[in-house]
Amino acid sequence: MLAGAMRRALCFFLGLLLCVANHARSEPRPADQLSIGVTQYPSTLNPLIDEMVAKSYVLAMTRRPLTTFDADWQLVCMLCVRLPSFENGLAEPLDLPGGKKGVRLTFELQPGARWGDGVDLTTADVLFSYAVGKDPQSGVANAELYRRIIRIEAKDAKTFTLDIDKLTFDYAALNDFEILPAHLERAAFADPAQYRIRTRYDTDPTNPGLYYGPYRITELSPGSHIVLERNPSWWGKPPYFKRIIVWTVENTAALEANLLAHGIDMVAGELGFSLDEALAFEKRHGQEFHVLYKPGLTYEHVDLDLDNPILADQRVRQALLFAIDRQAITKALFAGRDPVADSFVPPLDWVYTDQVARYPFDPGRARALLEAAGWRAQGSEVRRNASGQKLSLELATTAGNRTRELVEEVLQSQWREVGVEIRLRNQPARVLFGQSLTRRKFEMAMFAWISAPENVPRAMLRSDEIPNAGNGWSGENFPGFRDAEADKLIDDIEIELDRDKRALLWHRLEALYAEKLPALPLYFRADAFVLPPWLEGVRPTGHQYPTTLWVEDWRAVGRVLGSAR
Amino acid sequence: MIRYLLLRLLQMAAVLALMSFIIYALIGLMPGDPIDVMISANPHLTSTDAARLKALYGLDRPLLERYFAWGEAALGGDFGYSRLYVKPAVEVLLPRLGVTALLMLSSFGVALALALPLGIAAARRPGSWFDRLVNLAAFAGISVPSFWLALMLILIFAVTLGLLPAGGIATVGDGGLGDRARHLVLPVMTLSLASVGGHLRYMRAAMIETLRQDYVRTARAKGASEARVLIGHALRNALIPVITVVALSFGSLFSGALITETMFAYPGMGKLIYDAVLGNDFNLALAGLMLATAMTLLANLLADLAYAAVDPRISLK
Repeated sequence: MLAGAMRRALCFFLGLLLCVANHARSEPRPADQLSIGVTQYPSTLNPLIDEMVAKSYVLAMTRRPLTTFDADWQLVCMLCVRLPSFENGLAEPLDLPGGKKGVRLTFELQPGARWGDGVDLTTADVLFSYAVGKDPQSGVANAELYRRIIRIEAKDAKTFTLDIDKLTFDYAALNDFEILPAHLERAAFADPAQYRIRTRYDTDPTNPGLYYGPYRITELSPGSHIVLERNPSWWGKPPYFKRIIVWTVENTAALEANLLAHGIDMVAGELGFSLDEALAFEKRHGQEFHVLYKPGLTYEHVDLDLDNPILADQRVRQALLFAIDRQAITKALFAGRDPVADSFVPPLDWVYTDQVARYPFDPGRARALLEAAGWRAQGSEVRRNASGQKLSLELATTAGNRTRELVEEVLQSQWREVGVEIRLRNQPARVLFGQSLTRRKFEMAMFAWISAPENVPRAMLRSDEIPNAGNGWSGENFPGFRDAEADKLIDDIEIELDRDKRALLWHRLEALYAEKLPALPLYFRADAFVLPPWLEGVRPTGHQYPTTLWVEDWRAVGRVLGSAR
Repeated sequence: MIRYLLLRLLQMAAVLALMSFIIYALIGLMPGDPIDVMISANPHLTSTDAARLKALYGLDRPLLERYFAWGEAALGGDFGYSRLYVKPAVEVLLPRLGVTALLMLSSFGVALALALPLGIAAARRPGSWFDRLVNLAAFAGISVPSFWLALMLILIFAVTLGLLPAGGIATVGDGGLGDRARHLVLPVMTLSLASVGGHLRYMRAAMIETLRQDYVRTARAKGASEARVLIGHALRNALIPVITVVALSFGSLFSGALITETMFAYPGMGKLIYDAVLGNDFNLALAGLMLATAMTLLANLLADLAYAAVDPRISLK
């Protein structure tokens, strides 16, 4: 009797499986739909609150910044009509009290710019956004830009001027000035302290009036996916895809499986596979997908605590860099697609120079430098100094990051070859970034910076940016680098408008960095975009502004439809 | 009986209050608050920004003060706002709870539907080829890591055969009952295959023990059919240890299955609670974990009541 019951149960389950499977096969995928896989879901959609790559990626399809850096790393207008410059008269120098120099900029908004509900996007929205941005209660994370704007004035419905408290070379870049719909958000901002929980980006995120890009968000399933559809009010080039779905699949093995099962069409380079995963994927499935690699501004390095007596010696820092074969590491682990770094400036940036101290793999020189620094070899043992102290250092990185852990093991073994003992002390990302680095409780820490082109490393290198209790542990000069010349160069670069003169200042700063080595440069990480062969128009940028800012250029050519997700 | 129930409910309230404090303290003692993490990721944030944001999110107040403020509000039914999702914590939790309940109850049902009859059948003839086969399968189910099982199922049914979706809860633009069921098949298979072995082993062991009892032999001697012996006499007694195990698993139904949810991009409670804990989202993490704790306590109470129902020798006082 029991065997019979089990047989019946088994038949029922198999029948159910075949039934749902048959249902699956019958669904065609719409030709004008694109499914993108990413590994993160945005927690909020308000452009001003919190900063997340996933949010930037999605919102870039629904809104446009005034200005941005394009795929060629050039500053361009998006929502504005013309970039202000002194030549075209849209930028004017401004004399400020105390002999300071500021700048007045005039921006004209795109004449056809409208919100998704048909309401014109005007300077009233700009003024409202400024009011939200500068209000300390509104929950805006990065208020620096709004603090720097000392006055803003609407000339007419589409033209406004703003005064900035300092004339810097990047005066025209208003990339992070986020514009909000005053007609929808004003009520939520009635009590600024409540704005972050009342904003309609989170209480009513499918309201079309929140968006003014080629797409608008029409459906959300928190933690799972976001659906975007064409925005009928979009003023620019009509996008090809009627619908784009951004799926969140946090596990990259599952992301790969989804790609192969045609559950998703592509994996975003900004938030997808790591380079080694993409290389392995390309080896297995390179015939079915295009894998684009874009080296960029993600600077992998090892920060050194310069207040540590061992690492305070420049010879030791140089020896550590001579002792590691970075070329071989990127060749073996990343098929040479991650260029070796000489300093913090990537070769694609126009201010890059190769006229800096170079550190090719040279264990002999590393040993000689360590000897000169007083660290004597003890046969195959770890080196010791005159007082018997071992040359032993702690290296931390983000635990669970397979690539970094792999690189870390190679570094450990190469440093061991020259008599340096490395103790690995990996930590979860939130502990490393939230505690060890910000509180400067580390000896050596491997992680990465991502930035914009020609990004002045003020927070990373200026001596007044060393985190301490006095400044609330802000600033990102984690090594504790103090150099008067570097401080001056940073200040000078910021205000030098002449490109040639600025280039010289940059070159000197890079040379100084390579000589003093507050951190050990490793390589510039490349992003890997996995795309279907029929998708054209995706241009990886390599910087923090995502490819989706140009989503209207994407199109399907010769697409063969797979099964639906 | 009523006195017993009241006492148990009081105990539950005390355990919940204690758990809320332990959870709050543990999250609060984790190194690095969200603003610290934000500072390290954003070179433009100044000390003024950090102080302003900490005050805005209440992170500048002592942990104990924050806990009591939360407790007071929670007693009034206000579990606060989720910092990560910028919504009331309960509003974030409820949709996920529904999704998780569907996934977990389905897999729980499938697991029990397979484990109980297989366990009973295996117990009938311990050491037979069928028993060995069932044991082997049970151990395989227990031993296989769920992330690997999930990947294999995705590779077979989604990638190779193209029969089922690899993840998500529904197809965009569809979302009908059939479509939702189709999305449920692989996660349910993963979870039930992983748990069926444990339940099966408990059922088998309890049944073997019961079948050795004198009253079972007596029932057989009196000429009762095999089905009556198994179902009518042995099963009721064998169910007591199984009820304990099932009750213990019940709480986990509402705390989700982190790995399975991550592998199948299934937006359930497991992932939500995990993100809330890592993101220092006190209100959301507390609401989620307290719900799971309450469900476990409730399931244990139900299990105690069920003991009395299946075994007349047990009475509750």
